[in-house]
Order: sequence, then structure tokens, then C-alpha cells
Amino acid sequence: MIDALILTILMTSVPLVLAATGELVVERSGVLNLGLEGMMLMGAVSAFAFTYATGSLFIGLLAGIISGAVTAAIFGFFVLGLATNQVATGLALTIFGTGLSGLIGADFVGNAITGLPTLFPKHFGDIPFIGAFLSLDIVAYSSVIIVFLVWVFLFKTKTGLILRASGISHDSAHSLGYSVLKVRWCAVLFGGMMAGLSGAYLPLMLTPHWSEGMTSGRGWIALALVVFASWMPSRIIYGAILFGTITIMQLAGQARGWTIPPQLLSSLPYLATILVLVLISIRGSAKHAAPSNLTIPFISSK
Amino acid sequence: MKNNSLMKFGGIVMAVTAFFYFAMNTNQAVDAKSKMKVAFVYLTNPGDHGWTYAHEVGRQQVEEHFGDAVETVYVENVPEGPDATRVIRELAQNGNDMIFTTSFGYMEPTLKVAKDFPDIKFDHITGYMRADNMATGNIRFYEGRYVQGVVAGLTTKSNKIGYVAAFPIPEVIQGINSFAQGLRSINKDATISVVWANTWYDPVKEGDAAKVLIAEGADVLAQHTDSPAMLQTAEKAGVHGFGQSSDMHDFAPNAQLFASVNNWGPYYVSQIEKAIDGSWNTGEGPDHWAGNTWKGLSEDFLVLTDFKNMPADVADAAQKARDGIADGSINIFSGPMSDNEGNQILATGEVLDDGGLWAMNYYVEGVIGKIPN
Repeated sequence: MIDALILTILMTSVPLVLAATGELVVERSGVLNLGLEGMMLMGAVSAFAFTYATGSLFIGLLAGIISGAVTAAIFGFFVLGLATNQVATGLALTIFGTGLSGLIGADFVGNAITGLPTLFPKHFGDIPFIGAFLSLDIVAYSSVIIVFLVWVFLFKTKTGLILRASGISHDSAHSLGYSVLKVRWCAVLFGGMMAGLSGAYLPLMLTPHWSEGMTSGRGWIALALVVFASWMPSRIIYGAILFGTITIMQLAGQARGWTIPPQLLSSLPYLATILVLVLISIRGSAKHAAPSNLTIPFISSK
Repeated sequence: MKNNSLMKFGGIVMAVTAFFYFAMNTNQAVDAKSKMKVAFVYLTNPGDHGWTYAHEVGRQQVEEHFGDAVETVYVENVPEGPDATRVIRELAQNGNDMIFTTSFGYMEPTLKVAKDFPDIKFDHITGYMRADNMATGNIRFYEGRYVQGVVAGLTTKSNKIGYVAAFPIPEVIQGINSFAQGLRSINKDATISVVWANTWYDPVKEGDAAKVLIAEGADVLAQHTDSPAMLQTAEKAGVHGFGQSSDMHDFAPNAQLFASVNNWGPYYVSQIEKAIDGSWNTGEGPDHWAGNTWKGLSEDFLVLTDFKNMPADVADAAQKARDGIADGSINIFSGPMSDNEGNQILATGEVLDDGGLWAMNYYVEGVIGKIPN
């Protein structure tokens, strides 16, 4: 019983981890992309459409990743190419992705597919204590590896240092001879790929069908998660599991007849994020603060 | 600088609004003769399952039934609120004789426009506000839930039933209580655990709620939310469940026991017939939400799909319950009936009237927990 609950919590956390990790890299480079929801939906609809048409989950995943990147490229064109306002462009991207995915997906509503298989044989799930952790699919395990690799990249490699520098002071990075725009382009595309993969996880694993707007605000939770994690990769995993636990426990609490108002519990992820923001601002430590050039367009003065 | 970006933002919002305005699919009629013109307003694209789809099927039945005598038009993707007022007003100005507005949030827009067009008949689905020329349409959805309860009572082995619900409003509570009455008519040991998703539509959350209920031991699931996620979860976990609004067999071929399907065609046909022969009215009064047109299984406003994935004797019991409700021999809410805290609601021989149905703010016996407020 408890195992099943843990498994549910882990699976709910996977799309949050994926999308938030991508967005973390984007924000570390100094760009805020509020279009997560739109990119996730584009990833979700493409993944479903291609899986449905070809019968291959692998092609579906790939399609999700690519269409996330393509959607992000539209964002990049405006924000990096034309230096438009990042907040406004990101919001527009969400609206655009929601509408376009609904249009593309209209013909696929009402169809079902078989979701991703678990990586290990089914009876591994019966092992006490660790069963839930052995009942996941390849994307779930990959998400942890990706977070680790992102941490290594950001804090142990020179390229990662350049990326962080672009986010903290793009003028300094520029004067040292690094191409801020190129770095940000790569970050934005990576963020799009991760959002696309995150979106793909919904119709391929969690609920094997497509329906309009099926992310239902998970992109916004992922955005909150980046702040909650104070831009540190590993904390995204803790945060996602915490958010997932709150979500699932409020459902389980109801099933057991506990009398906690579910509305209060549903708002906890956002309250926790605000609390973290307050803590960051009280402690005033630069290490945990937002990248100082976040949302500021870089215009090279040559 | 700040001003500039604000203006940019405003510009984008306006552009996007304009885009949606023009993208809204207006399927407008052209030729105007003496035939009756009927318009429908839809919340979403009809697609091929769910709430709006059921209305679109009803509209097609109207076309089929009346042939050339009635002409129908529809507008889809109409957001609730001011946009709805504009669309409904436009339909009224374009010479439609009757306008069906098919979502709860169209209630006030419909009322507003109805006041300005006293000669046009408006029919709002579903809500509680009425005018001299505005009726409320509804279906006795809860009747299907009783049959679900009967089947659940005979199917469950763990005696634990899971119920994924949207919002604690009377319509949903009626459904839970009706389900419980059906369940307890067969199986007094079984209980219902309700999980409120606080949304009509969030596939992941609905799926999570189903997983949690299964983890808590439930082996039959019911839902009052809109996506097929719960049934897909049931299918994967090897338990059973019931479809919502339309047949969800394709999503869960082994899990779906049956689905209650909203069948608006007969309602539309009867309302339009009444409008033609002059007997159209808006219902009985403010204490009955849906007025005297509120029907269910008896008039086929609500139909049940084939009983599947159950033994023949269970299917027989389900059919009996269905027929009993349809012919009136089963009264779902009749005494003795208590709430789940032991307070008597109905004494032996008493039955609940429609006003009582719309005032339900309690769970009946068999349901665990309290209604959140």
C-alpha cells in the first residue's frame, strides 16, 4: 500500500524534475522562459501523435524532445534575436503552444496507446522497501541522471562557468570574448528539449491518451520549483518529491477521511516557493539568489 | 523603458485576443425562410468524447428528426463570460428562434441577452437562473449512478469503492449519494471513499487520485470528472470502473463495466417540438433547478452502454435496477435514509422531492468522511 503511494509520488515528480531542470539551465544563462506550459504541451501532442502513428514509443519520445526544441527556438528568435521582453514573450509562447497543440491534437482525441514499460521485470516491484524505486520507466531513471549531469556541467566544467557568467554579468562574459547569445541560444534549446520530454511523459506514461491542455498547470509548478530549488540542480529533485508528496498525500488523506481542506494543500507548493523567496531575500546571500542578469536582454555594443 | 515593455506586453495580449476572436469557428446560417432556426453555443470543440461532444450528437439528432423543418447552427470554443454574451447576442440578432447555451458559465450571459430578446426562446444547460423566455435544461445524471452502485456492490471483493469527484456542488453530491444508495441496496458492508480533485479536468491529477484509491484498497472506481485517465489507471491496475459522459470503452476495454451517456437529442427534440406547437414553458419554479423537463433514464435522456466485464447475473441485476428507475418502481432516495453521521433524513415511506435533491449537503450512509466546504 505504502509502496504504491511512493511509486505514485515518484511518477508524479518526473515531469516536474525534467521541465524544471531545463528551465534552471535557461535561467542560469540569464533568460526567463515562462513558456514552459506551451512547450510541454507541444511535446505532449507530438509525442502522442508520433507514437500513435508509428507504434514506437522511442520515436514518440524523440518527437516530443524535438518539438519542444522547435517551440523554444521560436521563443529564442524573439527574445535573443530581437531582444523582446522575456516575460511577455514567454507568456505569449504559453498561449501559442496551448492553442497550437490543441489544433494539432484535435484528430487524436479519443485514442489510447500503450504506455512506457517499466525498466525492470514486474516482480521487482514486490521487493519490500525498495520495490517502488524499481518499478519506474527509463525516462524516470534518466531524469535523475540528467540532473546529475547538469550539476557536473554547471559547476565542474568551464563551459558551465561561462553559462553561469552569462547569467550573472553578460557584459563581463562578453568582454572576455565569449558569445553570450550563442550560450543563451544553447540554453534555451536545451530547456525546450527538456520541456518537450517532460510533456511527452504525460501521454506516454502517466495517462496514455491525448487531450487538450493536459498539462493543467504543471509548467507553472515547474517554474516555481526552479525558484524553490534556488537555482541548484539537486534541490530540484528534493523539491519535486516534496511537491509530489504534498499532491499525493492530500489525495490519500481524503481517501482516508482526514479533514484537511484540500484547497489549502493544493496551494502548498506555491506557499513553499514564496517562503523560499522570503528566506533568500532575508539571508541576502548571492549564492542562492536569482542570476542577476535574469530577464535582461543582451545587446552587444560591439 | 518600463512603460515601453508594458505597452509591448499589452500589444501581444491584444494580438493574441484578436487571433482567438477570428479563429473562433462560426458556423453561421445563410438562407432564411419560414423554417425554425435553432442555435447552439459550445464551450469547446466537440471532439469525439465528453460533454460538448454529447451536445453535438444531440444537435445532429435534431437535424435528423426535423429534416427541412428546422435549421441548426452552432458556435464552438466560446469562453464563458463577456465573450459568451457577445456570441449569444449575435445569434439572437441573426434571427434564430431558439438558442441552447450548453455550459454552466453561460447562465448569466444567457439571462442578460434573454431580457433584450423577449420573443426568442433561450435554453440554458445546466444552471438555476430562469426568465420568462429562458428555460433550464438538465438530465437526471444521478440515476445512472444508482445502477453503477448496484454493479459495484456485486463486483467488489475488497468492499472498498473509490470515487473521484470534481467539486462539492449539489449535482456531484447527488451522484455520490445515489451511487451509495445503489451500493447499499446490494451490499451493506461496502463503503465509498471520495477524493475531491478540485477540477473538472486534469488528467494527471485524476489518474493520481485513482492510483491513490487503488493503493488504499479500492477495486471498483467511479468518477465525476471529465477525462478518461481514471479508467486508464484502473485498466493498468487490473481493477474496474465506470465511464463518464460518453462511452470510454476504447480507453479501458477490460476495466469499464459500463458508462452513463448523456443523450441530449431527445431533450432538444422535445423542447423544439413544444416551441413549434406552442406548449413550450420554462419549468415549474425557482425551487426546482431544472424545472419539469428534468428527466433521465425514463425518457432516454440518460442511456447506459452495454454491461461488460461482469458475469451475467450482475448484468441482470444492473438491467433490473435500470428498468426499475425508468418505470418508477425504484425510488432512489426513499426512507428510511440517514446521513453518514446517523441523522435521519427520511423516515420509512418518505421520499425526497427535487427541492431536497438540490439541497443535498450531506453524505448518506456508506460514504466515508465529510464534505469539504
